[in-house]
Amino acid sequence: MTAAGVLLIIAVALIVAALVVYLVQVIVALQKITKGLDATIAAVGEIVEKSQPVNDIVGDINTNLDAAVDALEGLLVKKAGLPDAMGLLEGLYPGAKAEGLRNFPDSTTVRSPRIGEVYTRGTLTLARLGREAPIAAASPNGPALRDPRYGSAASRTLYPADRPGRSPVIGNEVRDADASPV
Amino acid sequence: MIVVALVLALVVLPIVVVLLRNVLAETTSIVGSIDRITAAAQAGSRDLDAAPLLLTTQQQVRDTVANVAAYGGSLDVIVDDA
Repeated sequence: MTAAGVLLIIAVALIVAALVVYLVQVIVALQKITKGLDATIAAVGEIVEKSQPVNDIVGDINTNLDAAVDALEGLLVKKAGLPDAMGLLEGLYPGAKAEGLRNFPDSTTVRSPRIGEVYTRGTLTLARLGREAPIAAASPNGPALRDPRYGSAASRTLYPADRPGRSPVIGNEVRDADASPV
Repeated sequence: MIVVALVLALVVLPIVVVLLRNVLAETTSIVGSIDRITAAAQAGSRDLDAAPLLLTTQQQVRDTVANVAAYGGSLDVIVDDA
């Protein structure tokens, strides 16, 4: 065998050896990739399975919340009127008026009063409810507000006999004027 | 023949080695990426373990909305309209 033949064989052998070494490493790496993809696919399958009902549930939650928001907004506007409603919302949540109400397009442009801590109309409504509430109409004593004597019954208990002809004395002489043992 | 042997040893062999090294490097980098993707997918799967709690949330929202509706209905009756 000539030297050229030997050199040729050595060159071919080196090429084959390089192919074997690197291809074996590539094969090992591809096997790792396969195992990794198997684990990934399993995890992704779990994600798909676990997240499958999420859309329906979240959709149902949003539907219920939308209905509640619509009802509450409608109730607020119905009872307070759109201007007062927006004033109340702006007073409680600064910037809320700019967002407006979903079902009332005029809510962002309506001129609303500035309502601070006390909403007089609401306070009066609550005060009236205590005496004029429909539930009070079922009282055996009759409608509360329509009976002035019933409405002032609590204050009249302060003077069960005759009402004094003067205003209550407040000051140093109160103790002396009070004949009660207390 | 000597020329062929020299070409194989000095030209073909280096090219084959370079190409195979590049293939191996890319394949190895894919292994790292796959490992990170697997870790992320498994973490995402664990995060979704709380998804069944949405059923409880759903029921609570329904109950709350029903109570709000009842309360609003009562207010509608009690309080005068604007």
